[in-house]
Amino acid sequence: MTPTHATNVRPEGMTGSQAGFGFRHCLTVVAVLLAWLAIVSPVQAEVTPQRAQALLQALDTDDFDAKAEAAQAIAASDAAQKTRWLEALLDGRLGRERRGERFYIITDDSGREWSIIDAITFEDAGTGSRRSVDAFRINNALRTQLQGLIASLSLDEGDEATRLEAAKRLIGEVDAQSVDAVAAKLDDEESPAVRAEIDTALALYRVEQGDASALATLRGNLDTRVRNSLSTIAASDAPIAAEAGETLAGIESKRAWYERGQTLFFGLSAGSVLVLAAIGLAITFGVMGVINMAHGELIMLGAYTTWMIQQLLPGQPGLALLLAIPGGFLVAAAFGILIERSVIRFLKGRPLETLLATFGISLILQQLVRTVFSPLNRRVNSPDWLQGAWQINEALSLTLNRLGVLLFCLVVFAALWALMRYTRLGLEVRAVTQNRAMARSMGVRAARVDMLTFGLGAGVAGLAGVALSQITNVGPNLGQSYIVDSFLVVVFGGVGNLWGTLVAGMSLGVINQVLQPWVGAVLAKVIVLVGVILFIQKRPQGLFAPKGRTS
Amino acid sequence: MSLATMFKRNSLLDERSTWITSVVLIVGMLAVVVLHALPPDHAWHLNGSVVSLLGKYLTYMLLALAVDLIWGYLGILSLGHGAFFALGGYAMGLYLTAQQAPLAPWQAVMAHFPVAALAVILAPGLLALIFGWLAFRSRVTGVYFSIITQALTFALMLAFNRNEMAMGGSTGLTRFDELLGFALAGEGMTVALFVASGVAVLLAFWGCKAVTRSRLGRVCMATRDAEARVRFIGYRVEHVKLAVFVLSAMIAGIAGALYVPQVGIINPSTFAPLFSIEVVVWVALGGRATLYGALLGALVVNYLKTVLTGVMPDAWLFLLGGLFVVVTMFLPQGVAGLMAHLRRRREVTA
Repeated sequence: MTPTHATNVRPEGMTGSQAGFGFRHCLTVVAVLLAWLAIVSPVQAEVTPQRAQALLQALDTDDFDAKAEAAQAIAASDAAQKTRWLEALLDGRLGRERRGERFYIITDDSGREWSIIDAITFEDAGTGSRRSVDAFRINNALRTQLQGLIASLSLDEGDEATRLEAAKRLIGEVDAQSVDAVAAKLDDEESPAVRAEIDTALALYRVEQGDASALATLRGNLDTRVRNSLSTIAASDAPIAAEAGETLAGIESKRAWYERGQTLFFGLSAGSVLVLAAIGLAITFGVMGVINMAHGELIMLGAYTTWMIQQLLPGQPGLALLLAIPGGFLVAAAFGILIERSVIRFLKGRPLETLLATFGISLILQQLVRTVFSPLNRRVNSPDWLQGAWQINEALSLTLNRLGVLLFCLVVFAALWALMRYTRLGLEVRAVTQNRAMARSMGVRAARVDMLTFGLGAGVAGLAGVALSQITNVGPNLGQSYIVDSFLVVVFGGVGNLWGTLVAGMSLGVINQVLQPWVGAVLAKVIVLVGVILFIQKRPQGLFAPKGRTS
Repeated sequence: MSLATMFKRNSLLDERSTWITSVVLIVGMLAVVVLHALPPDHAWHLNGSVVSLLGKYLTYMLLALAVDLIWGYLGILSLGHGAFFALGGYAMGLYLTAQQAPLAPWQAVMAHFPVAALAVILAPGLLALIFGWLAFRSRVTGVYFSIITQALTFALMLAFNRNEMAMGGSTGLTRFDELLGFALAGEGMTVALFVASGVAVLLAFWGCKAVTRSRLGRVCMATRDAEARVRFIGYRVEHVKLAVFVLSAMIAGIAGALYVPQVGIINPSTFAPLFSIEVVVWVALGGRATLYGALLGALVVNYLKTVLTGVMPDAWLFLLGGLFVVVTMFLPQGVAGLMAHLRRRREVTA
């Protein structure tokens, strides 16, 4: 089968050479020219189809060395199509007509019939197959060379981001043939970021050639390829092995610091979840002396509110999440006030009974969610701006959803702190926490304060649920898995003190993350639990015990 | 004053509730054994699975006794008594698996029954001793103590889930063959275990009654009601608490050891905080500080659980949750308190 010639001409990609290609399709040519003027910079020279044919012809050999030379010639030529040719060659998609002199690029080789285009004009050439097109084969040496060539070619083109990508790809790919070309690029380049990458690529090449002075450039470089080749050199018996080892040690210690930073970030983000979950508990316990075992379920309700709002607003996870913040707060606060008015109010002064009753409520709420929704976990989508990671460098990247939760926690904390510090309610809450009887005799309506505090604590639990929905799936058991941890935070931090909760939550999160790589996740948790139990021995009132007679 | 002198000889059966409970327990046990012995086609015949289920209830009743002893009489609410129960269970489970193939070399020693029996009592006892000493010494009381016990059982649940413990990981210990040389699967063994559990409940009931009626018991109740005063009078409150806490943990351990061969498995879910807190609601429903209330509560709640989880599984957690709320709000003294209240009213009107 021979490739069917295209009847309609569809300009594709870079179409510079079409200008000199006959007058069969006048209109198309004019259109293409206009497009070409828009895309290609005027300084870009071009070659005649005959020259292009000759360049490709040189690739048609079984000798890989000759092929390498031909590729080099293409890269050095002025052909506008050269990048595309080399890329196609690298992918094994550049080939020659078996019964003819034309060259093709295979655009789609899935299936028996390939879609092919003319390699010189990029015109649609219909379909071809293994039997009609003979793709050029390459070997590993050629592949490495091609990657280097393409990378250095891309340095000439595109915006800064593309050039930066290309420069990064150059690291470790520079060889004797391309070193001069790359060095020449360095002189033309203006962007400092791109220059730094090219510098690194060149320095790595020189170090590999035994040039100890180039090691200075590599000092503190976090790139994996730099590290790999330095460790190969350090382990070899090259004359610069010792110096390379020193540079490597410097890199390793820098890396270790960034890894510590990463652990700290994970710890803080885990800790911020704990703080969000525990802070409402700390408030209610501090003010009312009430342990609310249903606190975890209030968190769960906040998470389910997020999920429901997202169901109501399909396709707008960002808006849904923003609406869920007041929504989760209000739903959880409403349930909290309901619990306080209907049960806790009647169990005043009997903390153990309150604990049991609220535990019963937690069971009822769990089962309610299981019955109304389903026992299965629900997935809450993250908006785009909370997906992915913020890659600071090779060794340090911060996941955006965890970063978001950390910031959210700090905002909630600041808001609560301001509420406690500057509002009338905050003043009354602090008064009741310190001395209920005295506050009442001064005219504070303690019952009302209780109700509002409980609503506030429950609302913050709802906020914790909104935050959690961005990290984990939402299910009926969501609250249970956090309740023990949040109690530990309260016990550790001491009651009635927001700062205590913040410090305790963050430090428990960090300690947990630091221990994890050594002893595993489960044992780390056990150690933290035992640690807190032992800590209570020393300071039964927690980290920040309220001072004075009432404590 | 030393602990030993706090015990005072006293007739156990001079309280009406004590001998009624004892008679009901003995008659009930005999009835079950007799009904089981009837020919299988007889209308009143109890088959082996029912006897085994009742045996399981008996071990729960034993556990409830242990919780009532410290919650009812000492005012200490432990939300982690399932841990002691599970430790006793694991000791028994190790003995049963060590008969065939121990999971780790050190477990071979558990194949000897006296060692295993000692472990059943000592493992929970030691944990309670260390934990209680740390907690009571620094005067951790009230809800703080409850939360820490919950954290304790939670930590143990995580630990026993690890395969490195050589305790079967999350599957736990199961596939037991024989106990003391007898096959576990037989009907005779089912009845024997049921009777053993019943006797254990009876002995523990008398034992707890003896403790609560002794001077030690009086100090316990005084501590529960006014800890500071008892301390001022000169009692070492933490020693009293520790002694009773350890005793309670040992009873829970024995309950666990009897539980395991009857259900045929022990796994980390027994350490789950939910189980421990369920035990508390049995006691709360039956009535605190009465002992027979704990027995009654354990039996009733577990019977309800068996029935409801079979008929409508969704309703069980609603009912359990509702029980917590209703009992704490409307029945602070439990069913036992309600009965005593009704009796007093009848006496007044009569």
